[in-house]
Amino acid sequence: MRNYSVFDIIGPIMIGPSSSHTAGAARLAKVAAAISGGKIVRVEFHLHGSFAETYRGHGTDKALVAGILNMDPWDENLKNSIKIANERGIGVTFIPTDLGEVHPNTVKFIITKDDGNATQVSGSSIGGGNIFIFDIDGQEVEFTGERPTILTKHQDLPGVISKISSILYQENINIANMRVYRKGKGKMATMALETDTQVTEEAMGKIKNIKEIENVKFINPIVEGVI
Amino acid sequence: MFVSTGKELLEICKEKNIPIWEYTIREEIEAVEVPREKVIERMKSTLHVMMNSSTYAQDNIVKSVSGLIGGDAYKIRKYAESGKTLTGEFMNKAMARAISSSEVNAAMGRIVACPTAGSCGILPAVIISAGEKLNSSEDQLIQGLFTAAGVGILIAKNATLAGAEGGCQAECGSAAAMASAAVVEMMGGTPEQALTAAAIVIKNILGLVCDPVAGLVEVPCAKRNIAGTVSALTTADLVMSGVYSKIPFDEVVWAMYKVGRQMPAELRETSQGGIAITPTALKLKKEIFKE
Repeated sequence: MRNYSVFDIIGPIMIGPSSSHTAGAARLAKVAAAISGGKIVRVEFHLHGSFAETYRGHGTDKALVAGILNMDPWDENLKNSIKIANERGIGVTFIPTDLGEVHPNTVKFIITKDDGNATQVSGSSIGGGNIFIFDIDGQEVEFTGERPTILTKHQDLPGVISKISSILYQENINIANMRVYRKGKGKMATMALETDTQVTEEAMGKIKNIKEIENVKFINPIVEGVI
Repeated sequence: MFVSTGKELLEICKEKNIPIWEYTIREEIEAVEVPREKVIERMKSTLHVMMNSSTYAQDNIVKSVSGLIGGDAYKIRKYAESGKTLTGEFMNKAMARAISSSEVNAAMGRIVACPTAGSCGILPAVIISAGEKLNSSEDQLIQGLFTAAGVGILIAKNATLAGAEGGCQAECGSAAAMASAAVVEMMGGTPEQALTAAAIVIKNILGLVCDPVAGLVEVPCAKRNIAGTVSALTTADLVMSGVYSKIPFDEVVWAMYKVGRQMPAELRETSQGGIAITPTALKLKKEIFKE
């Protein structure tokens, strides 16, 4: 029997009409944009299942674009997101498709930045506004974005993970959850590391400087608090 | 940790001589390790969103994105003030508040899912209408929301709050049960009476299916928010008169869960049964998704 906060029952505060099709979609896109980073110029949304069938009626399209624009799921400007994206010169395309054996509310983002580089992110909206990300650029991952998350792409060598965890220890940041994914021994690995408290600037800087790390992203949770 | 049953909740409330709302606040403080003021402050901000959503569509004619619903809160509000109503200004204003939040939700406005977006109209309408009648302070409305949350936690633990799992009884039924319990405590009823109200509301809505037209949270959802609101308010009066439920809260919640499990998938938010497959519903669906 799971435990609930009162705000799981009376909440989230959100833009309607649907916690999974609107609030969850905005949350997914906001995390996807954070994973991409940089100046986004074009986004393709590949919509699966219920997202593909009902995205217009539920405003899933507007919610997704709002997330890309870094809006929160409770931002009253959410319904104007497509217009705002147009004004900022961000191209958006919605492509109903079949992504295979995935959750019915799934979207694959292809996010292109002004330097021409593209990032692919896939995630699902699993109810009540909750989400999980399960694929980044073809690499399997799994995290929910409910906690501060560190995403690394690093060489699979002994000691890399230990370097990261000692930096966090020095900054008194507790690790809540950690998963490492790799294509093969000694090749590139991906790690999703969730922490209990905010990752400090100091820790971010030190982690970025670890030489085996090719790329690192810090993703902040979307915390409602007092609106 | 928050207790798992209504029976335990009543024992603790009796032993400590506290209402459900106080127990719920204490448990929240302990679970999330934040000070009492922070928990209250966040609920206050939640109440303010509810106040806006339950008012906005009464003053403004709101249309949903699909065009299926809108404008009813405005109509009911005008009628409530006409002096011609059968059930009085109080009940009609409560109905207008309920559908206002549902219309705001369908028009991509800001609401509080309580417990879900589809049932977002009930709790605000009930708490705010009862508060107006009882001359409650803002603190008392906030306390009411904690009572509601406590009851909702018990339902979530022992059944479900999701239409896809338990049908509309799990969404609008739970919302109305939570709201009725809250009003009973706001009226000075005991924790036992509060759970009695929740039990009676659920018994009266047991078996309600989730059958949204075109898969949208609009028809019949918005009007079911009105029905839930009326049921929550009348049941509070029923219980305050001294009426009891023969079947205790925990067993009613268990029955609701069982009924949800026995419901075919067609009647659990898939839009493949009930109102959703009537000829008119199918025609509307075609019109909405014509592109």
